[in-house]
Amino acid sequence: MKRRTRRIIIIAVVAALAIAAILYFAVFKNRQDKLIVYNWYDYIDESVIEQFEEETGIKVNYVNFTTVEEMYTQMTAGNNSYDIVVPSDYIVERLIKEDKLAALDYEKLPNAKANILDTMWAYSYDNGNKYSVPYMWGTMGILYNTEKVNGEITSWSSLFDPQYKNGVFMLDSIRDMMGVMLKYQGYSLNDFSDEALSKVSDLLIEQKNNGIVAGYMVDEVKDKMIAGEGAMAVMWSGDAMYAIMENDKLAYVVPEEGSNVWVDAMCVPKDSKHYDWALKFIDFMCRPDIAKKNYEYIYYASPIKQVVAELPAEEAENVAVNPNEEILAKCETFTDMMDKMEQLNKYWMKIRN
Amino acid sequence: MKRSFFSGPYALWMVLFTIFPLIFVAFYALTDKNGAFTFANLAQGFENDYMKVLWRSIRLALECTAICLLLGYPCAYILAGKDFSRHKSLFVLILLPMWMNFLLRTYATMTLLEDTGVINSLLEKLGMQPKKLIGTRGAVLFGMVYNYLPFMVLPIHTSVKKMDERVIEAAQDLGANPVRVFFRVKLPLSVPGIISGISMVFMPSVTTFAISRLLGSGMIHMLGDTIENQFMTLNNWQFGSALSLVMMALILLSMGLLNRIDINKSERTNNW
Repeated sequence: MKRRTRRIIIIAVVAALAIAAILYFAVFKNRQDKLIVYNWYDYIDESVIEQFEEETGIKVNYVNFTTVEEMYTQMTAGNNSYDIVVPSDYIVERLIKEDKLAALDYEKLPNAKANILDTMWAYSYDNGNKYSVPYMWGTMGILYNTEKVNGEITSWSSLFDPQYKNGVFMLDSIRDMMGVMLKYQGYSLNDFSDEALSKVSDLLIEQKNNGIVAGYMVDEVKDKMIAGEGAMAVMWSGDAMYAIMENDKLAYVVPEEGSNVWVDAMCVPKDSKHYDWALKFIDFMCRPDIAKKNYEYIYYASPIKQVVAELPAEEAENVAVNPNEEILAKCETFTDMMDKMEQLNKYWMKIRN
Repeated sequence: MKRSFFSGPYALWMVLFTIFPLIFVAFYALTDKNGAFTFANLAQGFENDYMKVLWRSIRLALECTAICLLLGYPCAYILAGKDFSRHKSLFVLILLPMWMNFLLRTYATMTLLEDTGVINSLLEKLGMQPKKLIGTRGAVLFGMVYNYLPFMVLPIHTSVKKMDERVIEAAQDLGANPVRVFFRVKLPLSVPGIISGISMVFMPSVTTFAISRLLGSGMIHMLGDTIENQFMTLNNWQFGSALSLVMMALILLSMGLLNRIDINKSERTNNW
């Protein structure tokens, strides 16, 4: 009797294992057959993915991240394999340095080759776009409330103007904030000499002590500016565009001293198992009708010529989605500075304390 | 069946979600980026800049705890008294805010305090000068007290409620006036509740970061903000863990001190 029970248990366990294995491989196989796209959260018109699946028959597994650092950790530390990732410029640079990206074959990217803006090919993070194709891009600047400032804002110096006491929102992001202030003082965005950094941080400490700063924030600033709090805020162009659409008293400017220009670009990791599919997807994103759909959903500046050419007049004049070349000439991208963040943080702690 | 069998799931839970994470934190705090043993992270935690943040956090937490005690004790005492013991609804009102997510409540507080917010619009309508409320130390303190007050009221309420009526009657029979009864009998008997309340308020206060960011507009930089920053933007898990360890040591120390006050109490309702 006892032996029989044991036999039944063994059979049951083996059966359960077999079923589990079948299920596992079914799911696993299913996963293998999909193109895994790893993009920022809320950064695509999802109907575009469906359209891609319909037109090509390739199934897409679309996954998201909210910070590019999270993406970097997932991609390099985890044993996840992604077919397309969409990091920011300086992370692209780091990934190239670490030999994690596959070189792109532009023979298979006719749309990207023909449609990407001429100005988008020579940024230092990936000169010639050998490993990455721009997806969306933008600048950093000042979003201001036209009813609360005197005249037009044109310079970073307005952030230090005593008449805007308790009216200036600064960005709680070390790299970006220090970067644009370096630009304001005539240094390069990536100049991390102690001389430059201490000069800039002295300015920021004085600004805080003078009571001009209303807060150091990231996500909440948009809503505050829309609600009419504060006179101006340091902001990314994409967020600024969103705020302007919600409140037409707001305007965005890239200050004349120059600023940061950033690019989020599509890349194929070296360990992708679907190189050809990935290129198909990237090229699909560069098709004018698709890029336009994405632009109209995200409202970040598009790198696709046709989208820019067909902008409605009002948007074409808005530097938040269509920076002119004069401004761009003064802007720089960030270089990868992972090993310099500690040094930056020392200055930042002094400012915030 | 052995009794220990039933504690199995609980032990497993503790190991998975308390012991393991603690080991990870300690491991990160005591290693450098290559995994070699070092005290450098901990030493960095004692640098001037971080000590300033730590001191600011402790001071705010102490102030918050003191205010909660001053507001909470009378409230709990009155609610536990005879006049109100039948009115459960009043007690529920104290608990009610806790049914809502604290972030939501803090966002709501933010819209109250903003320059164009409810309070300042009202002031303006009344012809008064608007006041800067958001982004100040007072706003952060207000938010903390608002959020943590129930944690003070609850344990005190319990300990006052549990008091043996006969002891109080005995004091009265022996001729003590109400003031004397309160200070010599009721107050000492409610000490366990007070201690429990203090630790329940002090701990979340000292580690708070969302409240200081939303109501302080990032102007009041707290230890919680600093730690979050190390993990989220600087990607320095080692130093972030070291700061967390310093903070945990601090909390343990203060809890230890509190427990010493409590040590000769036979009836212990506090959680430590």
